[in-house]
Amino acid sequence: MAQARAILLGADDVRRAISRIAHEIVERDHDLSAIAIVGIRSRGDVLAARLRDAIHQHENAAVPLGSLDITLYRDDLTRIGYAPVVHESALDFSVDDRVVVLVDDVLFTGRTIRAAMDALVDYGRPRAIRLAVLVDRGHRELPIRADFVGKNVPTKPTDDVRVHLVEVDGRDEVELIAKAAVTV
Amino acid sequence: MKWSRRHVLDTDDWSREEIEAVLETTGAMVEILQRPVRRAPPLRGKTVILFFAEASTRTRVSFELAAKALSADVTNITASGSSVEKGETLYDTVRTLQALGGDIVVMRHASSGAPYFVAERTDAAVINAGDGWHAHPTQGLLDAYTLRGALGDLGGKRIVIVGDVVHSRVARSDINTLAPLGATITLSGPPTLMPTAWRRGALPPCVTYEPDLDNALEGADGVIALRLQKERQETGLLPSLREYSHVWGLTEARVARMRPNAPVMHPGPMNEGVEIESSVAHGPRSLVEKQVTNGVAVRMALLYLLVGTPSLEAG
Repeated sequence: MAQARAILLGADDVRRAISRIAHEIVERDHDLSAIAIVGIRSRGDVLAARLRDAIHQHENAAVPLGSLDITLYRDDLTRIGYAPVVHESALDFSVDDRVVVLVDDVLFTGRTIRAAMDALVDYGRPRAIRLAVLVDRGHRELPIRADFVGKNVPTKPTDDVRVHLVEVDGRDEVELIAKAAVTV
Repeated sequence: MKWSRRHVLDTDDWSREEIEAVLETTGAMVEILQRPVRRAPPLRGKTVILFFAEASTRTRVSFELAAKALSADVTNITASGSSVEKGETLYDTVRTLQALGGDIVVMRHASSGAPYFVAERTDAAVINAGDGWHAHPTQGLLDAYTLRGALGDLGGKRIVIVGDVVHSRVARSDINTLAPLGATITLSGPPTLMPTAWRRGALPPCVTYEPDLDNALEGADGVIALRLQKERQETGLLPSLREYSHVWGLTEARVARMRPNAPVMHPGPMNEGVEIESSVAHGPRSLVEKQVTNGVAVRMALLYLLVGTPSLEAG
């Protein structure tokens, strides 16, 4: 199968996108004391930590940071034929009456976000849940949209969008891998 | 690691990776049990049948809470008050379980090997909640998780297991789980309550037998006291409970021989004043209550891991 690879975002683009989203989050909900940032494992939690740091840098305000593992809330658990590894979630603050900004790397079908919202409400009743993503690649299967987007990218359903982050992968980069159909 | 086991019958053939996978998943389950809403959905629409043909309160309740915390439907079959009491054979019960369509059967039985018999004859995943003198895998796993929480990595740690080893499925499962994690085990207790081969020195690797409890505890990293079944005295294996308590009971003076803060554990229910002194059972070293809490999380982890097995797949 032939593969075409394209860089969607380089390291500088990733840095600028995070900085901009941090500003947008503050702009939208001025009351910083009510905001909490919650990243979805794995990579959403890394981006969430960077957003928290950016808000701290811009506004000199510390907002609580948490991470969610949504494995137990997946809607395909009995279809994939094995039990994926569950990691611990870490939310050591109350989400009650907070504006929780969920953070993920790529927004695709929306199923992960649905699972994350279900997981989040098991911790309490947030005043609002917002969604920040580095890349929105379209092809939603659920009525879900992002409030803050690093970059909108038109893709084919068969494409693969891979986000690499320094903390996990050693470099900041978003690439698109297009799988060309096999010619018979 | 991809989980591939269909049943949890015994941990004697588990790899370290499999044990680690359960312990890691347990950590995530502990976190769920601390949330305001202690429930997650992965077993929604699945039925867990608790088939307890031998008396048990805490293990059954623990499995019931675990299954419910993962949103499963739970049904109980107990020996007393069911047709087992009317003389139904295990084979008939299995046919009934099969017809009821449970996805996971959690079973306890007085006969060693009974869970294997059931596992071969049903489509459901079977979890052994204790069979005769053979195995009690979830107890071994929860003891390993609890010891890890107290001691960190178990590599090079020495754990004493004291009491009626020969009749103890807990002792066997503890050895099966702790040894692959790097711990060494010192068994102690009356020679009459040790397996004959073990008493004569043919012990599994990483296991030693030290009849003198004081020597066994010297510098140990933790101790697990086994429950002394009081009916053993009648079989002539013990002179008296008083003597047992005097020679092999865990007292404050004895546990002080271990390393500072070395934990004391017991699978319950405890005979306080026989195998363990009350002040030790409820003292600062005691992890007995922690074992009960962790037991729910370990069982959640296993139920979750089994939900992905092919037998449980929809369609």
